Parts: sequence; structure tokens; C-alpha cells
Amino acid sequence: MPWSKITETSLEPASDGDDARGRILSYPEAIREALAQSLAIDPAVFVMGQGVDDPSGMFGATRGLHETFGADRVFDTPLAETALTGVAVGAALGGMRPVYFHNRPDFLYLAMDQLANHAAKWHYMFGGAACVPLVLWACTGRGWGSGAQHSQAVQGLFFQIPGLKLVMPSTCYDAKGLLIAAIKDDNPVLILDHRFNFRNRGYVPEEMYAVPLGRAAVRREGRDVTVVAASHLVMDALRAAEEFAAQGVSVEVVDPRTLRPLDEETILNSVAKTGRLVVADTGWRSGGVAAEICALAAERCFDALKAPPRRVAGPDLPTPAGCTLEEAYYIGKNEIVAAVRGVLKQK
Amino acid sequence: MSTSSDCAPASPAPSRDVLRGLLETMLFIRLFEEKIVAVYPDQDMKCPVHLCIGQEAVAAGVIAHLRPGDYLTSTHRNHGHCLAKGVDPGILLAEFFGRASGCCRGKGGSMHPMSPEHGILGTSAIVGGGIPHGVGHALAAFLRGQDAISAVFFGDGASEEGSFHESLNFAALKGLPVVFVCENNHYATNSPLGARQPNPDVHRRAQGYGIPAERLDGNDVEAVYAAAGRAAAHARAGLGPYFLECVTYRWKGHVGPDCDYEKGCRPKDELFDWMERCPVKRFQSRIEDAGIMDAAGTQAMIAAISARLDAAVAWARGEKYPDAAEAVLGVYAPAEV
Repeated sequence: MPWSKITETSLEPASDGDDARGRILSYPEAIREALAQSLAIDPAVFVMGQGVDDPSGMFGATRGLHETFGADRVFDTPLAETALTGVAVGAALGGMRPVYFHNRPDFLYLAMDQLANHAAKWHYMFGGAACVPLVLWACTGRGWGSGAQHSQAVQGLFFQIPGLKLVMPSTCYDAKGLLIAAIKDDNPVLILDHRFNFRNRGYVPEEMYAVPLGRAAVRREGRDVTVVAASHLVMDALRAAEEFAAQGVSVEVVDPRTLRPLDEETILNSVAKTGRLVVADTGWRSGGVAAEICALAAERCFDALKAPPRRVAGPDLPTPAGCTLEEAYYIGKNEIVAAVRGVLKQK
Repeated sequence: MSTSSDCAPASPAPSRDVLRGLLETMLFIRLFEEKIVAVYPDQDMKCPVHLCIGQEAVAAGVIAHLRPGDYLTSTHRNHGHCLAKGVDPGILLAEFFGRASGCCRGKGGSMHPMSPEHGILGTSAIVGGGIPHGVGHALAAFLRGQDAISAVFFGDGASEEGSFHESLNFAALKGLPVVFVCENNHYATNSPLGARQPNPDVHRRAQGYGIPAERLDGNDVEAVYAAAGRAAAHARAGLGPYFLECVTYRWKGHVGPDCDYEKGCRPKDELFDWMERCPVKRFQSRIEDAGIMDAAGTQAMIAAISARLDAAVAWARGEKYPDAAEAVLGVYAPAEV
């Protein structure tokens, strides 16, 4: 199998390192390179989705791939998310490795039956006799009045489903390495990306490599508070940590990278060290990712906690469209800073 | 039992062997389902069963045209399809009895059989959920340049689901080698077709997508066999999907071993009218009248199938239950390819 030759590496070259360790690529270029290399090494891989072969090419992530790999392997789809997800499941069962792109995660609700009732259950329900090596990729937008049906952070819903893997990259290096790992994986994997990440540029090695699913990255080491944040909130957490450093407070930033499987050990080790936990997640607050990670810490390292864990999460509301309301709705660096202050006050 | 045959040309009459095979498959399915009816009161088959008594001709007539490498997608009412494709009855029964040697190691039950070596890559009990899988199998075959077709079975209820329409649209768009087989048995659970659809001609919806479609007597196995021959030949020739609406009737209730007319689910006369049109008896008489088999021959066939099924039940019941620790295993496939 072509995939056994791909190096697994969890380590990201330091962003201030020398150019020899990688080239600077934009975020969409990193995704595109992962797709192009996967299509090149394995004829079982194909890419589908509405607009994957149009001039914008999924914000650049799939641009031009149909020209290199042909219209059979990189193809546009009818607007039929339910059945097309089922078609991808059926093709995966037939030995293929489909990668199905959605430019908005809101439309994944239409695919919920095939994801939750079918893809995620197939390996278990059939006693291991089948597997569904399927990748679904969707990108959350934010701002410019996208509103309640074009900017949802849906990870909390998909996080609940056993059998599905859930990935939220934050760096260019991970965007490539996690996508390759997802395509290589024999399970259904949902990658929820964010348009804010698409502004990133970073070091990306040219060779194929896989960032293992289920391994968190400590983005910044610290002693006083642990901030767990995924996707574009990693950047906000790092900015918050920078501010606290100036005040003599040392913040550790943990990027889980994959929510399922969740690297509980890295998170718990960090909390055991700092004794304080803030979890930042763009999804809805109640019953969501942040709640689960806080519960994990409360259950597993309560004795180490010096303060109750805090959630920084989206409010339990649909996204408003108007620019002033939108501003009030979203969380970011300021909310993380406030939460860190909050856990520091409690001795 | 006939599990496969070379793709029949569309017109010539089926050989005597094919006809005998069709009867054997129908009898096999009927007796398998009746065996479940017989053992179900013992309460050790602890899963819902959706029996296909009355609908055997569709499975037998269509699947006779499938080759071992062809794909088959079924539904919660799947026993007949699996048996016709050649799945061992013991492996199915062991699954229904929750045993570790069942086709899903006791994790699937009667609604979710699986047999990759027979091209059955899992079975969905979400109505309409399996239809796109069958289309996906055909897409995989097409992309790999594989010479395989995909037969997709579903009921009239599934034709109301969005996944049905989306799947037909995509299969037609890509010209995929799919034979769609609607077993129109007039009921979805207890809801009659007339309460659910403004136009009872399900096949006409397929024509709307440009897919050649036929409506036929699904209780006439020769008619099914002939139409399925046309459908399979069309798909194998690379001409795209084909649609068969086989009009039939289920004798038992939606789920379980009992008839449901006593509960008022449907008129008794309607059921009895359809039982007069029993696909098995009808074809058995036809074959005996034509001198292809005599009564002694069909009785011997029935006796041999019954003995095999008795042995399968005994074997399945003697198999071990899975270890309780198995319940938490196998949610994810090993990550490494």
C-alpha cells in the first residue's frame, strides 16, 4: 500500500526556523499539496464536492486539481448532500478513498443521516468486516453577515458521534499533515476548517507526511494557566498568552488538533502542571466541546485544580448577520484574556 | 440454489436449469423465513425480523443475473436477497441469534447482514439509506475500471425519501452500472401506498431522470427474470442505470412472524387475494405442468432445503455468544492501512 511509506511526524518545524526545513506556503496551498500528493500516490483517492473544479477551487484548496488528475477523479456534484455522502460511503466500502469537500459546514446537516447513521457505525455494526475510509472537509466562514445558516461552528454535534473522527487544524503544517493522515485513515474523518486559517502562511515540508490523529500540540509552554484552543482560536490564545507574559503570567497553550480521538493525556498533563484550565471553542457553549474538556479535567484531575475550569465558547444562539450584532456574538482573544484573569483570581 | 449465472441475453427463454434454480431459490427463501416463524416463539432469536414471505420472486429473478463480483445492496427486509446471492443460512441465523460466528459477530442482528465475498458491503435499516451506497459501489467499480454492476433493492417507502431521488439523479448523471429494484409491496410499515404517494407508479419517477424503467408483476418470477436480464445487460454494456418496479405483496406484518390483518392493519381479503397469487406455488405448478420437474422432484427439493435449514438452526444455536468485552471493541478500524 502506498500509504505505509508516509512518515508520521507530530513535530512541526519552529516557525522561526530556517527555510531548509520547509517552504513557506499559504494555508490553501498546503491543503492543495496534500490532495495532489494523495491523488498521485493512490488511484483509490478521489475528490468530490460542489465547486471543487470551479475557478475559485474551494478557496484555492482544490484549484486546478481536475486539470492534473482528470474529471473522473476530481468532480463537481449535484446539490444532494444526503445521497452524495452515501455515494462516498458506498465508494469507500468498495475500496476507494473519497474526499468530499463542502465550502460550508451548515450543509453537513443534510448529510447527518449518512454520517451518523451509516459511516460512523459501519465498522462496529458489521463486527469489523467493513471500514469506511472517507474524508469530509468543510470550512466555517465568519463575518460579512454570513448569518445563521452560513457560519455555524458545528463541531459539538459531530463530536458526540462514536465512530467518527473529528479534526480541526490550525497551522499550515497541520493542514497538510492532518489531511494526509485523514485520507490514510480507514475511518470516516470530518475535518472542520475555518476561513480565518486561510490567511495563514507557514513552513510546510515538500515531502508527504502525516500528522497523527489524536495527538495534541503544546503550542506554547507555560506554568500558571492552561488554555486549550482549537482551529483559529489557537492564534487568539497565543496572543492572549503574549499579553500575560508581559505581566509575568505564564500561559500554556494546548492545541488538540483532533477532537476525536482526543489527546486526553496531553491536556491532563498540562492541567496537572498549571492547576488552571480555560477551554476556548467556537462552538455553542452548552453540551459542547469546551464543556466536555472541562468535565474531563474535573473528573480526572480535580485534585490538581486551583480554580474551577472555565469555558470560552460561542453563545447558545444562532449567528446574527448585522455587523454590530456579529461583533457582539463572536469570541476571541479578549474573552480568553478575561477567562484567564478569572481563573487566576481564584486561589 | 442458483447464486449466479452468466448474463442472460435479453430475449431467449431461460434454460430448464435456470428455471429449476429459480424455483430452488424461491423455496429456499420461503422455507428460511418459515423456519424463523417456527423458532421465533422460543424467544431466543432476540432481534426484530422483517420477513419477505410473498416477495421471493423478486430476489430470485433479479439476483440470478448477478455474478459473484457484483454488488448487492439491501434493506431491513433482506433475508431473501442475501440467500439468493449465496450467503450461508447458518451464518445469517447465528447473527440473528446474537452469536459470535454470525456475519457481524453478533453486532448487527437481522437488519444488518454483511458478506463482502458476496458483494454485500453492509445493509442499512434506515429507509432509503442504502440506495446511495449501491450507487457508490458502482462509482468505485467505474473508477477502477472493474467489470461489476450494482443491484440496489428497496421498497416503495424508500421511493419517498430524498436519498432515492438524489441517488437516481447521480447514477443517471454519471451513467453508472446500477440496477435499481423497487419491491413495491404496497405498504411502508402499516401505511398504504395511497396514503403516501399521489402517483402509485414508482417507476415513472425513474423515467423522469432519464433512466429506462419497467413496472412488472413481481410475483411472476419468469417476468422478473426476463426484465432483470434486460436491466443487467444494459448496465453491463455501460449504458447506465436501469430501474425495475416489481409489484408484489408481503404476507406477514411489517416486523415479526405474525400476520397483521387481525390488528386491522390491512383488509383480510386483500391479503388472501395476494396469497392466491403466491409466487412460489404459481411457479411450482408452472414448472411441473411444463414437465421440467415432477411433484416428487419438487418434494425432494423441499425436503433437502428443510434438512439444510434444520441443520443451520441447530448449528447456529450451538454457537457461542460473543464475550461481553467485545461490546466496547471495534468502534474504529485500526488507523494503519
